[in-house]
Formats: sequence, C-alpha cells, structure tokens
Amino acid sequence: MKNQLLSINDLSHSDVLSILSTAAELEKITDGPTKKLPTLRGRTVVNLFFEDSTRTRISFETAAKRLSADVINFSAKGSSVSKGESLKDTAQTLQAMGADAVVIRHGSSGAAQRLADSGWISATVINAGDGTHEHPTQALLDAFTISKRFPDRKGDLTGLKVAIVGDILHSRVARSNVLLLTKLGAHVTLIAPPTLLPVGVESWPVDVTYNMDESLELFDVVMMLRIQLERMTNFFIPSEREYSRRYGLNEDRLRRMKTDAIVMHPGPMNRGLEISASSADSGRSVIVDQVGNGVLTRMAVLYLLLGGVALTEDAK
Amino acid sequence: MSAILESADIVRALKRISHEIIEKNQGLDSVVLLGIPTRGAYLAHRIAAILKELGSDVPVGTLDITMHRDDLRMRPPRPLLPTVMPIGGIEGKDVVLVDDVLFSGRTIRAALDALGELGRPKTVQLAVLVDRGHRELPIRADYVGKNLPTSAKESVKVSLMEIDNIDSVEIVGA
Repeated sequence: MKNQLLSINDLSHSDVLSILSTAAELEKITDGPTKKLPTLRGRTVVNLFFEDSTRTRISFETAAKRLSADVINFSAKGSSVSKGESLKDTAQTLQAMGADAVVIRHGSSGAAQRLADSGWISATVINAGDGTHEHPTQALLDAFTISKRFPDRKGDLTGLKVAIVGDILHSRVARSNVLLLTKLGAHVTLIAPPTLLPVGVESWPVDVTYNMDESLELFDVVMMLRIQLERMTNFFIPSEREYSRRYGLNEDRLRRMKTDAIVMHPGPMNRGLEISASSADSGRSVIVDQVGNGVLTRMAVLYLLLGGVALTEDAK
Repeated sequence: MSAILESADIVRALKRISHEIIEKNQGLDSVVLLGIPTRGAYLAHRIAAILKELGSDVPVGTLDITMHRDDLRMRPPRPLLPTVMPIGGIEGKDVVLVDDVLFSGRTIRAALDALGELGRPKTVQLAVLVDRGHRELPIRADYVGKNLPTSAKESVKVSLMEIDNIDSVEIVGA
C-alpha cells in the first residue's frame, strides 16, 4: 500500500480487500467494554478542513481517538486561513508541529494531491474530499457497508448491480465509488438528468441513463446522492419539485425495488428532495450503518497507513 | 535442521498440558482456552479436543494481539487476525492463553493488554508448546510442552497439520 490515500487509484485490489477485512476485525475487537486500542499512541493526526463537514470530520476524529492517536482539528473558519494564509504556510506550520498524518478536506479538486506532492510536509496525506474529484474513504465505507449487507459474497461484488442516482457532476462520492465498486466487480449504473452528468462520462466503466423508472427492479444497491445546493450556481435543474418527482426516492419507487435491495446515502440528506423521509428511515436503508462503518473503515485506513513503519522509510 | 519434536511428541506434550490444566484448576468448570493466532489458535483447539475426550467441554476462543504489539513501528503494518470470544466470555473465568513458542515474552505482554480490553478474567495462565528462553520481560509459562535451550540467533519453527500439512518443531539457522 502507498503511503498516501488520495484517490481510489492509489489502492490495488488486494489493498482494498485488506482494508475491508481489517475494518471487519476491528469491529469485533472494539465490540467489548473498551472501544479504545493503543495502536497509534503518540501519533498525531491533523484534521485539516477547509470545507464544512460534520460526518467526515467527526468520523476521522473518532477513528483516530479509538486508536489512541492525538487529534488536532483545524478548520479554515476561525484560523489564519481566513486572514489569507496560503495552503503552503498552513502545511509548513503543521509540519513544524510534528503531524504524522494530515486528513484534508478542501473545496478545490486536487488539493490533497498538491499537499502530498509539494514536499511541504512529510506526513501521510489522506484525502477526505477534494472539490468534485474524490472522497476515497467514503467509497471504502460504502463498499464495507455493502459487503456486510451481502455477507455471502465475502467482499467480492462481482455482478452486483449498483445504481448511483443524482448529482453525479458535482459528486466526489460518485467518482470514488465508481472506481472502487467496479474494481470490486460490481456493475454500476449512473442515473441523473443530462445536466448533472460530467463531460466524458461515456468513457467511464458504467452505464448511464436519464430515466430512474426504467430499471429500478434490477438493482441490489441504490445509492442516492445529495443535491448540492451550495454548488448549484447555475440552472442545473428546473425546480426542486420536478427533480424530486423524476429522481427522488419515494415510497412508490422503494416498493418496486428488489426484496433484498438496500438504500444508501452518503449524507447529509435533503429529506423530501432526493430522498423521502420514509425511504430514509425504512428497513432497506443502511444510512445509519454507513456512519458507524465509516469509523471502522477510517480506523482501518489509519492503522494500515500509520500503524507500521512506512514503506518509503524502509527503502531509505 | 532437525526435528526436535515430531507428531507423536506434540500429541504427548499437549496431552500432558491438558492433564496439568485440569490438575492446577481442580477441574475445568471455569476454564476457557484462548489461542493466539495463527498457530496458538490451532493448539488451543487441539487441547480442547483432548479435554473433550477426557469428558469436559471447554470454551475456546482466539485473541489477536496485533493492535497491542510494541514493535508495530518497526515493521510494515500486518493484517489483523481473527479474534473470537469463547462462549460465555472471559469475565471471572480462568483463562488459559495458548501459544506455540514462548521467546521474548512480548507477545504475551501484548496478549495481556488485549485481554484487559475484553474483560476481567479471574486468573490468566499461559500454555506454550515450546519455551525457548531469552525472555525480555518478567513472564513465565504455567504449562510447557518442551523446554528448548536455543541460541538467540536460531529460530524455532513450529509446523502444524492444520496449515503446514505436517506436525513438527525444528530449530532453523545458527
């Protein structure tokens, strides 16, 4: 495994399986009265968040703390970034403070890569979402959640039919999931209005359709994406109501899904827009599981990246 | 490279350990076996099978100690091995840890830490197939299959039928 996690492309097939099986074992050993493990004692993990986040930041913080690492939370609001400090100066400050890992969330695509390649910092860089590019730990926790719901497959998703519905254009979750789920053998279909599909989507290893109702019965997994109202600076959809009618998951569509099919959502949800409240709270929904699995998956990633001696140090 | 213990010797050693466990605990009512993966887990299951022949069902589990090792930073990260709680748990029980080779004692120290996170046993005992000496910590075994004086440069290779297709203990290297 590489020393960084910037994109799903950094992971080989066996890296992915090792992360998923580590997460599964961590679930068993943190099930007892004490959830905490001493593994990363004395290591420092910095959460460097330039964008708002509840779930991902808390999830990384919990994961690092369960492994006994020290956690420093840094959000752009209320820091010197709002005084105009550059990413470089911020990075060098973190370097001087002895960070072992930097978990970065940034509004610009490629920010994590920039930080990792810059030489400003020697810490392990973990991408927690960069612009509309990637969000690899979200895809890993989604794959872990799917594997748990289909235990007979033992991590092999060959032939599993997954629909990703909604704002593909702005979604780093969709990009990472397409890369990861196809790597694990799943068959991914993107369902979205043409305005919310990225340029070049025809070269992705997926099927694309504009019509949610034509094949809903076929899917084992339906992953709803958030309509990112903060990125809707152009006229991507005619109205929220029309979007909801054509691409929202409601009771009617829920009923038509396969009996053992599951509903996923990376959160935060716009209840009543892309997903109805009753769909989000139904027995098919694994949305709450996704949050718990997020902590386990991120613990696995932190352990595998920081737990041993880094391979690059070995080479020295 | 010569076999120190062969299949029959291993069987005999495990039988003796089983009888000693019964004797020391005056029965098996509160005894549970916890094997340390990989080979300790197989040995724990073998001891349980012998105890069953002797008339008692003893719960068996496995305990992965990877997350508690003190040498994590000296090697690449290792995959986690399965931890399985024995039926009835370990709370208030007489836990017998089972491992293949006792060497520095660091694995057992890690196991004691890992155990502390799962619950609070009444006693913790240690059974090993081979004690090769060179302890770095104040740890000793309660049940030893074979005391094997070695030089620190040598290594002891335990092979078990379940994964290695042969039962043997050898000293490798000099």
